[in-house]
Amino acid sequence: MELITTVFIAKAIIVGVVFAITLGVAAYSTYFERKIAAFMQDRIGPDRAGPFGILQPLADAVKMFMKEDFIPANSNKWLFIAGPCLSMLTALMTSAVVPFGDSVTIGGATFDLQGIDVNIGILWVFGIVSLGVYGIMIGGWASNNKFALLGAIRAASQNISYELAMGMAIITILMITGSLSTKEIVEVQQNGHWNIFYQPLGFIIFIICAFAECNRTPFDLPECETELIGGYHTEYSSMKLGFYLFAEYINMFISGAVMATLYFGGYDYPGVDFVTQQFGSNVASFVGVGALIGKSLGFVFVFMWVRWTIPRFRYDQLMNLGWTGLIPLAMYNVVVTGFGILVGKPFMVSIAGLVLLIAALFVYDQLLVKKKIA
Amino acid sequence: MEISNIWYFLSALTLLSALMVIMSKNPIHSVLYLVFTFFCISAHYVLLNAQFLMAVNIIVYAGAIMVLFLFVIMMFDLKKNIPESKSSLTKLAGSVVAGTLLVILIAIVRKNNIPAPLGDKFNSQTGMVENLGQVLYGEFLLPFELVSILFFVAMVGAVLLGKREAGERNF
Repeated sequence: MELITTVFIAKAIIVGVVFAITLGVAAYSTYFERKIAAFMQDRIGPDRAGPFGILQPLADAVKMFMKEDFIPANSNKWLFIAGPCLSMLTALMTSAVVPFGDSVTIGGATFDLQGIDVNIGILWVFGIVSLGVYGIMIGGWASNNKFALLGAIRAASQNISYELAMGMAIITILMITGSLSTKEIVEVQQNGHWNIFYQPLGFIIFIICAFAECNRTPFDLPECETELIGGYHTEYSSMKLGFYLFAEYINMFISGAVMATLYFGGYDYPGVDFVTQQFGSNVASFVGVGALIGKSLGFVFVFMWVRWTIPRFRYDQLMNLGWTGLIPLAMYNVVVTGFGILVGKPFMVSIAGLVLLIAALFVYDQLLVKKKIA
Repeated sequence: MEISNIWYFLSALTLLSALMVIMSKNPIHSVLYLVFTFFCISAHYVLLNAQFLMAVNIIVYAGAIMVLFLFVIMMFDLKKNIPESKSSLTKLAGSVVAGTLLVILIAIVRKNNIPAPLGDKFNSQTGMVENLGQVLYGEFLLPFELVSILFFVAMVGAVLLGKREAGERNF
């Protein structure tokens, strides 16, 4: 009984800290998004609240809470409220299986810096991601507004389409690792054997799908303002709108953490052994937590960078890319990875597969161009 | 807390939400209650230590199939398409059939004394991914592959049905 309570308290602390970090990062993502946008467009950005405007997220939060909370007359009231709640819930649940660090020993007891280490870890992520669409769909439908409904339906079809390619990209990781547990996936990648070297194509597919799943530009069609006013959150105001936007930033951070876990070695960083020898394993673990969060923030930056670089796709282009582009590519990647494992040289074969693919695309393009001229 | 208490609570919740699926007037509410029912069933799988089934149940049913259900129902104009209430004779016939089925099912369960798995013979790791994979790709390889062929045929059929014919424009 004693052991159970200790484990329970340790897990509660870990969950609380992860929760706090996620919310803090999401709040400051809004600030950095505006700062990065300003930098790319040669503006200054928010600089009024506090030095360099670092209190801007607080000001935004106060503004969001103080605004009138409006519920449209013909909307379905309960579902209208449930929409943003579900969005936040599903956004926060994914981080439960992300291993934030190696184990830490305090007072003779060892704790893993992870919410839950289940042997279906990556399936949990996949399941929660597939539930993420409910918040948007319910909110969009309950608004009783055509544009909100169209946005919600776009979001649902987009998420379902890109989930397939995402799952296929994850399969190759499972083939290399031989386990569904996120902890084991990270442990296989220790000492620089990051999956990105073995799975460059898989990573490209996964990051494109992550963009689509987070509804970020260039795939932010559910809230495409030139066609749909505000998309699924047209009717939302005050903190309910805030929750939808907040959920998007949380999703960005968590998908960054998942990508770091699957492809960039999780909490691995160069010089683990050196830090362990100099300062002990606990310090090394905490530096690892920093490394993972740093990698996730790097991905958040990539999300923002892409947002201000690439224009939005058209809807049929989006569906074409998902169904006729990414899914065949992911299948090709599965075959190449399987061949690599069979031969026993996964690294060589994956690079050869990528080169072969680019060559084939180039030749195809050349033939097509000649046909057009003739 | 006793594990059996959790089981009673979950079962009550499952039955309640399943009842709400057929009793709520709004089809969207029905779909959402059905999703909740699937979650309760997934929780039952966790109690049975079958985590893989739980994850797959959520991904396939709650995450994909029910989203498509919701999708289709949202496209309806609910005010026009509410089915008319059946006559009381139909309702009576329905209740009689359902009640008979319930009695038969209970009778079957009571007649066949289904043996409880013995404590020492029962392997708690049966539901884990590794063991499930061993069984599926060993003992039940042929049925498993046949099911995948069935899915493939269904998928090809769906693609064929959804294919745009020459000259047809959808938007």
